[in-house]
Amino acid sequence: MPQFNLPPNSVIGKGKTYYAGAGAKNIKRFQVYRWDPDSGENPRMDTYEVDLAACGPMILDALLKIKNELDPTLTFRRSCREGVCGSCAMNIDGTNTLACTKAIDEVSGEVKIYPLPHMAVVKDLVPDLTHFYAQYASIKPWLQSITPPPERERLQSKEDRAKLDGLYECILCACCSTSCPSYWWNSERYLGPSALLQAYRWIVDSRDEFTGERLDDLEDPFRLYRCHTIMNCTKTCPKGLNPAKAIAEIKKLMIERR
Amino acid sequence: MSIRTPLARVRGLGTAKDGTHHWWVQRVTSIALVPLILWFVLSMLVYSRADYETLRHWLGNPINAGLLVTLLVTAFYHAKLGMQVIYEDYVQPEWLKYTLLLVTQFVLFLLGAISTVAVLKVALG
Repeated sequence: MPQFNLPPNSVIGKGKTYYAGAGAKNIKRFQVYRWDPDSGENPRMDTYEVDLAACGPMILDALLKIKNELDPTLTFRRSCREGVCGSCAMNIDGTNTLACTKAIDEVSGEVKIYPLPHMAVVKDLVPDLTHFYAQYASIKPWLQSITPPPERERLQSKEDRAKLDGLYECILCACCSTSCPSYWWNSERYLGPSALLQAYRWIVDSRDEFTGERLDDLEDPFRLYRCHTIMNCTKTCPKGLNPAKAIAEIKKLMIERR
Repeated sequence: MSIRTPLARVRGLGTAKDGTHHWWVQRVTSIALVPLILWFVLSMLVYSRADYETLRHWLGNPINAGLLVTLLVTAFYHAKLGMQVIYEDYVQPEWLKYTLLLVTQFVLFLLGAISTVAVLKVALG
């Protein structure tokens, strides 16, 4: 059965509280999931008081302030701080999103921050994305053709190029796949919304000559058809993309070629 | 932690080269069930106070009997497809999954057969 309850060693306990100190003008409390594999202890929720008067506007600013000033042991991924690298994807206030593009004032009350759901945790807010990336690699995310490469660039009409809009912007942050219940239960075999959106990005590319083979690789009750149109992927995508629609388009092509 | 490469685990046993048919038939049966159920509910409302003879006469009409048999077969087939997906999604132990699949398929087939024979018995009797 899918595990609906946390195993005993994953039950979250109460953690420490770090206070902002005297002189803080505008305190916001952040509850952050903490787990250290070396400690042998269960995960816990630490509470940090952050003075918003001396903090940038985004959740990532607060996390950096916590790490710099309150608790250097807090671990999370981050890089670009402007929503193009996808490193700081995490579950903030109940929704998977990027810490760098989520404003603190969008969250009322205490801000609860967890790692991406239903993934193995490496430490604190860092999930293990090995399998997720292997799924991306499995859809062969590169242009494939039989025709030898032309002297100059491969031509594409403006209309065909426009078909890639809403697909090429995906930054592989894994927010969508880890929000999908079907992916939670069957990620061993279901590719998940992220890899399927990427698969469609190459299926619909007019320059690619392996459309049929790409569809063949998805003709499977699990790889593609575990999508039950739950639409969490589209709701959560921090880039405003629509993986559910991309998956629906793949299903339409599957019917069209029969 | 397995020592197989991550890609080997993702590629697994390859594709089943099937899945679209199941998905398509589930859609087709669900669409077919919309008018069929509407027709059935409306008919039952009209005949809710009718006696057995009236209803037997109604079912004696080949169109009504045909529609009712189609409704029953479609509904049980749709249920079979849907239950299969639910088991595949949520039941992890292989032995339990296949046992549930077999029992459900058998029960739904049996129910379909019994109800079809029942309709024909009334319609032809």
